Amino acid sequence: MITIKNAVVSYREDVALRGVSLSVKKGELVGIIGPNGAGKTTILTLVNGLGKLLKGQVQVLGCMLNNGCPAYLRRRIGYVPQIHNIDPRMPVNAGEVVMMGRYGRLGLLRRPGILDRQVVESLLSLVGMSHLATRPIGHLSGGEQQRVAIARALAQEPDILLLDEPTTGLDRRARVEIMALVNEIHRTRNLTTLMVTHELKTASAICNRLVLMKEGRIWSQGKPEDVLQEEVLDLLYGDDNKVANYF
Amino acid sequence: MQNAILAGLLGGVACSLIGVFVVTMNLSFIGVAIAHAAFAGALCGAWLGFSPQAGAFIFSLAAVAVIGPLADRGEFNPDTPIGIIFSLTMGLAFLFMGLLPGPKTQALELLWGSILTVNNFDLVLLFIVAVIVLTLVMLFFKEIQAVIFHREAALAVGIPANLIFYSMLFLTGSVITASLRSIGGLLIFNLILNPAAAAYQLTYSLRIMFILSASFGILSTWLGLLISYLFNTPSGATIVLVSTVIFIIAAAFSPKRKVKKWKNELESALKN
Ligand SMILES: Nc1ncnc2c1ncn2[C@@H]1O[C@H](COP(=O)(O)OP(=O)(O)OP(=O)(O)O)[C@@H](O)[C@H]1O
Ligand SMILES: [Mg+2]
Repeated sequence: MITIKNAVVSYREDVALRGVSLSVKKGELVGIIGPNGAGKTTILTLVNGLGKLLKGQVQVLGCMLNNGCPAYLRRRIGYVPQIHNIDPRMPVNAGEVVMMGRYGRLGLLRRPGILDRQVVESLLSLVGMSHLATRPIGHLSGGEQQRVAIARALAQEPDILLLDEPTTGLDRRARVEIMALVNEIHRTRNLTTLMVTHELKTASAICNRLVLMKEGRIWSQGKPEDVLQEEVLDLLYGDDNKVANYF
Repeated sequence: MQNAILAGLLGGVACSLIGVFVVTMNLSFIGVAIAHAAFAGALCGAWLGFSPQAGAFIFSLAAVAVIGPLADRGEFNPDTPIGIIFSLTMGLAFLFMGLLPGPKTQALELLWGSILTVNNFDLVLLFIVAVIVLTLVMLFFKEIQAVIFHREAALAVGIPANLIFYSMLFLTGSVITASLRSIGGLLIFNLILNPAAAAYQLTYSLRIMFILSASFGILSTWLGLLISYLFNTPSGATIVLVSTVIFIIAAAFSPKRKVKKWKNELESALKN
């Protein structure tokens, strides 16, 4: 599904990825972990073509991505970006945001129909947001916005789902719920999922594989229990951060 | 006068629709820079002896070509480079104004605008631009909505978000070019900003915001024309002042500012 070979990405002076190779098979749920600035977000943006590749190759859904990702491929890749501030006055409501997930497949000049509305409604209820569908998106809490973003990504009916720290900034209960939701939709919708997360415990429970990143490189990857060794984590996050802190 | 009423309608609609992009996407500074570039271009055109409109169009395109990518990088605050371009275009405008031989009436007209003397060419140009803007907004409403919400998310969904964004900037330049003669280079941006800013205060629906903004735009130009006719005031300035008053009224009645009221209630309750 996804093959990245020796990818090098740089933002001006900063080198964000220094030769990363990763391949993800169909149906896998892969967790990407690592400290801030490791290049986790950057690797996701390579898959959906929002990031610019300096060197290396990226192949997604059987297509080589040379210069960005063509729209018809982006449509098949759902993306839940890292949380961002939304202007509370933004004239768009939650239901409309989910509907945006349909826009790519609809194409230009076509309006959403009954089918699209049904999809949006069922997704809103899947993520437990039906009662807030008409609220302005900027008025929702962080956790609610994450749910809406997940529903929007699913509205694309994607083959690949990319999630960037879907639980950051949420309370404990919301974190558990969102992770359970991710697990559920990954399994019930036959997705191939790449998720950046700092939830080591839950991630190791639901992911098929964990990828550890630091300083633009992949330090180790494999089964969660193999990757989450104390020494490895010490190396990654520094000595003070015992594994226990993450559980 | 008939021409002026028609120009007011077309200019009011075109400017205020464009204003919705400018307000919701925080492009005010970019818009002002494009407006000044157009103004400088118009003077350059007048100086070189070809049409001011052509000059304005070329300059505003150039401004979009330079400013768009600057704003696009998004890695740092684009205010400084845009500010530099803004001051450059101001400098150029005054340079061309100085170079213009003879009386400066044409230059001043471009500066203040003279909606009462618009000719047929100006009207046709305004008509074409207004129709194009209105049509594009209606045809690509859903894409525009997605880009306004979050450009990266729109891109990820499979919408040609960059194309839409640059088209918005391009349309801004075109609308400014077409309205330069009637509203004037110094005032045009107020007519873009104020109706949309007023509409922004009143609704959470983008569709309604477009409609309200266009209505406020027309109201500004027509009421402004009427007042300037009755009291013999400069038309462009009057139109802009009317649009400002509309904004102030909208802000006063804005549901988005109710928090303050609630705060006051709380304070008075605490006092008792
Ligand atoms: N737009 C940008 N401009 C310049 N440098 C950037 C940009 N985005 C990321 N970087 C740099 O690239 C590196 C990797 O960034 P990235 O966002 O991929 O990290 P991350 O692992 O997602 O971090 P976090 O956990 O904080 O989200 C960092 O060193 C960062 O400084
Ligand atoms: Mg990140």
